Amino acid sequence: MFTYKRLLKASTLAAYGVAMLVSTAQEQVKLGQTISEASLAEFDLIAEPGGMGFPPGTGTARQGRTIFETRCALCHGSNGEGNSAATVLVGGNMQSTDSPLRTVGSYWPYASTVFDFIRRAMPANAPKSLTDEETYQVAAYVLYLNGLVAEDEIMNAQSLPQVRMPNAEGFIDQSHIQ
Amino acid sequence: MTKSSKGQNKALDLDRVAANGLLSRRHLLSAALGGAGLTMARPVIGQEPGIKLEIPAWSKTPGPGTSPYGSSSAHAQLERQSGFGNPLYPGGGASRSPLQHLQGTITPNSLHFERHHAGIPAIDPAGHKLVIHGLVRQPLMFDYEDLLKYQMVSKIYFLECSGNSGALLYGGNPDGTAQSLHGLVSCAEWTGIPLSVLLEEAGVLPEARWIAAVGADAASMGRSIPLDKAMDDSLLALFQNGEPVRPEQGYPMRLFNPGWEGNTSVKWLTQIKVTRNPLQFRDETSKYTDTLPDRSSLQFTFPMDVKSLITSPSGQMRVTQGGIYRVTGVAWSGAGSIRRVEVSADGGQTWGDALIESQQLDKALVRFSIPWRWDGAPAVLQSRATDSAGNVQPTRDAVIAAKGTINRYHNPCIQSWGVNTAGEVTNVYL
Ligand code: HEC
Repeated sequence: MFTYKRLLKASTLAAYGVAMLVSTAQEQVKLGQTISEASLAEFDLIAEPGGMGFPPGTGTARQGRTIFETRCALCHGSNGEGNSAATVLVGGNMQSTDSPLRTVGSYWPYASTVFDFIRRAMPANAPKSLTDEETYQVAAYVLYLNGLVAEDEIMNAQSLPQVRMPNAEGFIDQSHIQ
Repeated sequence: MTKSSKGQNKALDLDRVAANGLLSRRHLLSAALGGAGLTMARPVIGQEPGIKLEIPAWSKTPGPGTSPYGSSSAHAQLERQSGFGNPLYPGGGASRSPLQHLQGTITPNSLHFERHHAGIPAIDPAGHKLVIHGLVRQPLMFDYEDLLKYQMVSKIYFLECSGNSGALLYGGNPDGTAQSLHGLVSCAEWTGIPLSVLLEEAGVLPEARWIAAVGADAASMGRSIPLDKAMDDSLLALFQNGEPVRPEQGYPMRLFNPGWEGNTSVKWLTQIKVTRNPLQFRDETSKYTDTLPDRSSLQFTFPMDVKSLITSPSGQMRVTQGGIYRVTGVAWSGAGSIRRVEVSADGGQTWGDALIESQQLDKALVRFSIPWRWDGAPAVLQSRATDSAGNVQPTRDAVIAAKGTINRYHNPCIQSWGVNTAGEVTNVYL
């Protein structure tokens, strides 16, 4: 027979409404293997609004045009006009009288998301196939198509997150409602 | 059209609870309506005379034996319904639960709704890692086999995509079914490890406020979750209705945030980065944000609102004959349990209390029903839920007045099913 000692982490289990007695042996289940942040350099693709997590490298829109045409235009059109509602990358105006077209240019609050998303998810038919350098270039091109950077403006870990987005002030954080 | 016997109708009239044929819910439990089936009461009169019951063929032939993984009857094949995705990108898209054909509260695993942003990854659990890092004392990496050794909890929770019912906010009047309009909600028993246990093992630093959760799909989909939720009731779910989480639900492991918009319950979970601020992923900026009439947009709208829906009779069904029907549906709330469901047959002018047939669990579907006598006249059937926090499900007009028609997310509005004199049931706006 087991000798049940006490509730495991009463605070945790209270949230589940589960009365669960756990033996001392089980209480000590801690099987996470230690790992260093350095060993996650390739694994962690998060590029943060404040610039953290951006890799080394640079790129301009002029350099990104060819990549966009060969790797992105199939689904997003040569000028980012898209081939479906979900693939429009350019245009729109949040103050338009009609329901506004919401794109990278008109809607997105942070430029960092452009780099972060392309690096993790695009091109949709071969995600993570671009080099960091190519990702900077094509991200610059998407920003350029939206008139947010100049064609030869250098995008890197410092400059890209700083690109001013027209709808940056357009969001209301609701996360206090849980 | 055959009507029920006059005597029965008269007795039931005494138990009217709301206009246009709604009857007291206690009839559902009483013997008086014992014959009232799922769809309608069979008329007492007019039965076929001279029926002679014989032993059916299947009682004379031994059937096949056991099977390794069971399947549903060939006569009861239910299916999810997929939307039209981008043909160049077949992995993206959604499928919806056949709500109008389900009973009870648990969605079978094969019928749980899906939403993928880059298809279903083929994950070998032996090669899958869960990493917890960032603002922690010690970054950790977990193997699947090791996670199976942890203490687990099992809870029944609904999961709803915040895009569910979004079509009702469009200008048009979609002639849909319960499935096509509202099928992005399902309910299952989820078994897993409280996320707080794993976060505490890594040791969350005092300055931490958020976690970023990232999946191992081809989109590496990410969402930011407030640390308070992660430490409260979020689960690392490993099992769904008793079996390993299905691939389309995140095998070998998913995050599960009870009561919150489905997209936050990141599937194929592989990375948790503890942070100071939200990460502003694409799926919490470009998508899953609610643009209001003044063109500001609500971000990080997490809990799903109190909501209910009549699943039978519902869109594109037909009531074929006057008589007593069991009007039934489901209700749920991200803010707690369901306290009450009312039903109206006259478009919301009068309401009667429905019977709650199931357990009233926190953040889980409940099943409700109420008897309704249809006499062939037009009707509008609605249900309205109230949760344990006192929130009452709003009308469509109230949702549109509050949030406009640009927004497509978080629509909890009362569904109106119109029944015409031919008995055809359709989505209507009042
Ligand atoms: C095979 C088709 C395809 C290709 C090729 C492709 N994309 Fe996409 N892209 C999509 C789809 C589909 C979505 C919407 C994904 C979703 O909704 O989850 C998308 C979304 C995006 C978005 C976010 C749009 C928004 O407003 O939320 C960006 C930015 C983007 N793609 C950039 C790129 C870039 C840059 C390339 C080339 C390197 C590329 N895409 C190649 C199909 C494609």
